[in-house]
Amino acid sequence: MSERVVELEVLRYNPETDSEPHFQRYSVSCEEEWVVLDALNKIKETIDPTLSYRWSCHMAVCGSCGMMVNGEPKLACKAFLRTFDGVIRVEPLAHFPIERDLVTVIDDFVMKLKRVKPYLIPKQDKPVSEGEYLQTPAELKKYKQYTLCINCMLCYAACPEYGLIPNYIGPAAIALAHRYNQDSRDGGRDERQEEIAATEGVWDCSFVGACSEVCPEHVDPAGAIQQVKIKSMVDWYKEHLMPWVKK
Amino acid sequence: METVRADVAIIGAGGAGLRAAIALAEADPKLRVALISKVYPMRSHTCAAEGGAAGVIKSDDSLEHHFNDTVGGGDWLCDQDAVEYLVQEAPKELIQLEHWGCPWSREPNGSVAVRPFGGMKKQRTWFAADKSGFHILHTLFQTSLRFPSIERYDEYYATDLIVDDGRCQGFTAIEMRSGQMKRFQAGAVIIAGGGAGRMFPFTTNGAIKTGDGMALAYRAGVPLKDMEFVQYHPTGLPNTGTLLTEACRGEGGILVNKNGRRFLQDYGMGPETPLGKPVFKTMELGPRDRVSQAFWHEQKKGNMLPTKWGDCMLLDMRHLGEKTINERLPLVRDVTTSYLGVDPVTDPVPVRPVVHYMMGGIHTDIRAATPLAGLFAAGECACVSINGANRLGSNSLTELLVFGRRAGLSAAEYVRSARPGNDAALEAKATAAQARIRSLFEKTGGKESTAGLRKEMMATMEQNAGIYRDANGLSEACTKLGELRHRYAEVELNDKTNVYNTDLLQALELGSMLDCAEAVTVSALARTESRGAHQRLDFVERNDTKFLRHSLAFHHPAQPPRVDYCDVVITTSQPGVRDYSGDHK
Repeated sequence: MSERVVELEVLRYNPETDSEPHFQRYSVSCEEEWVVLDALNKIKETIDPTLSYRWSCHMAVCGSCGMMVNGEPKLACKAFLRTFDGVIRVEPLAHFPIERDLVTVIDDFVMKLKRVKPYLIPKQDKPVSEGEYLQTPAELKKYKQYTLCINCMLCYAACPEYGLIPNYIGPAAIALAHRYNQDSRDGGRDERQEEIAATEGVWDCSFVGACSEVCPEHVDPAGAIQQVKIKSMVDWYKEHLMPWVKK
Repeated sequence: METVRADVAIIGAGGAGLRAAIALAEADPKLRVALISKVYPMRSHTCAAEGGAAGVIKSDDSLEHHFNDTVGGGDWLCDQDAVEYLVQEAPKELIQLEHWGCPWSREPNGSVAVRPFGGMKKQRTWFAADKSGFHILHTLFQTSLRFPSIERYDEYYATDLIVDDGRCQGFTAIEMRSGQMKRFQAGAVIIAGGGAGRMFPFTTNGAIKTGDGMALAYRAGVPLKDMEFVQYHPTGLPNTGTLLTEACRGEGGILVNKNGRRFLQDYGMGPETPLGKPVFKTMELGPRDRVSQAFWHEQKKGNMLPTKWGDCMLLDMRHLGEKTINERLPLVRDVTTSYLGVDPVTDPVPVRPVVHYMMGGIHTDIRAATPLAGLFAAGECACVSINGANRLGSNSLTELLVFGRRAGLSAAEYVRSARPGNDAALEAKATAAQARIRSLFEKTGGKESTAGLRKEMMATMEQNAGIYRDANGLSEACTKLGELRHRYAEVELNDKTNVYNTDLLQALELGSMLDCAEAVTVSALARTESRGAHQRLDFVERNDTKFLRHSLAFHHPAQPPRVDYCDVVITTSQPGVRDYSGDHK
């Protein structure tokens, strides 16, 4: 098997013992096909058991291991060592407070997700005994890509607006609200609109599109945000200029 | 110690825990539900399930078929009353998820689509492409946000159940963010802590699946049932162990050896079926235990392909075409391409069997109740038992829904008549639990490391408790695990700080795994027969006279577990021959 020694520069911060974050350098022998997470695991097992980070599935679906790798938000389990030359710098996700080492405090996202009501608010209630709602493959396709969000928050780390305006509700939460708005079974758009069309909602987005570029699941939050903006505009016109037209 | 009071507290916020929480919230919005997990709910390993969830929905299928497939698939070790309940509730639960927004794949007319799965006689596996578990988990998590009575405690690690007055009344848990110990006091506790695949070095299981929920109940005196039955999934990526769903074969993928032969036909699962036209319950749609065992024999014969990660068979999906693979198996294509550099559209994928699922677990009855009053369990950590000696693919997602809900309802009913606890007694027990954790911080001069012991545990499990077992290997494993149990007391933490201390967490997780591993090997040594996923080279036949019974492993703090047995519940299906030779008799 082909191995090579990889140099990692990892941000360390323990609030109990450090006055501020600092970098620690590790050299670790790695397999050619490994990802950054494999290197971190080997460091933790063989060099430094105090290093802290989150991970679980190692297949880019649980969303735990988002971190900055050479300045870019990545899932550590999908950041292949072979794609980097020289020292690899690993830091916690940008725009979130550091809890410890590579572990961030994500309360803000968790709270915002809840605020946009990311659950089905049915157009009409139907008892389970009456079977499933029908939904054609075309109707499914309309919202399917937005269901693929794994809540890894790489998009928040990439979003310049979120960095500047912490109240901004942010790409993933808006994309998930949009996911339910676009679902043929759902009738809850008005309820969600209060959150996502508010000042800290979609209007804060300056359409840089960084969120969509970094998404490991190829969700397009930027597209969702623009669609919400357009629909909100139409709502506004209907309400203020054409009150005789029903929404 | 800070005390959190709830009517029902749930440990684990994956599929089963979330389903239980929602059932409680719907049953009685006044019940305070505390939902704790060592990870955020969406990180739970339910997210990694790919293929789908079984439930009878099409007109050519019947509950009886689903029942028979499950009981036969489990080599008659299933409790048949539990299976009856499972198959009857399954369609309702899957429709309920649909009503909550789960993006199930659809037929052109808008009805829910189903696909074939191993060991199933009809198409009854509901799926959302090949991210079914992911969508189920997120649908449940997002739906749970609707209910104000569900209070979440994310990133809390439960250390000890608190049992007083003969009933479970809560537990202690460490808040990872602060390192502080909290006492959860509840009228009832539900454990939904998932499986324990990380006892083995090569597994589909995520890092978090360390058997913590099983160990909590076990140490509190609840037996672990049928722990010797460990499922190997036939098709894991050879390097990382990442799961390639059985749906690869459900959609028509085939398994060949290095000579290109579809070797399953040589192991009672033939004759060969036409390429790309899978036939129910035969060849590549055989059950997981049989397919993994066939691999083992082919490997012994030298018919497997040597790779740098060990011997592999080939999973060939090329004939499915790019369109089908993209629509139905997008994750599979992404995973094999990214992690192995093999595109299933153009090349066969090398795969090998990988530890996937624990059929055994916390002993529960059909109400999801354990023998300890006030304690319930559901999901992979529990053994109810619908899986018997071998779980059929796509029954576990259904199980966590059906029995997650059942646990919630049973707990709701139980707390209605639960007496208030004795605060002082509960506090004293919590303080003792806290002292145990604190002693880990105070220990100096310990000679052992968590990583070192973990490696030795994994090696002995891989070596001795795999697809085929014998008395020599199992005895060796039992001795080794006993030795590791002693040496575990000598582990010294490298990290003695409080905030998000993963060194401590991993040490505690290792303790859970060692307990589970000993239950596996001791139960396996005692079962001198071959049944389902438990195959003994020295006892090759199934022995219904002696072993048509569930094993029960009882914990002892300083000795190997004591193994006892209880009867299997049989309602309509008498033990018979498992026949996977298709329709070609």
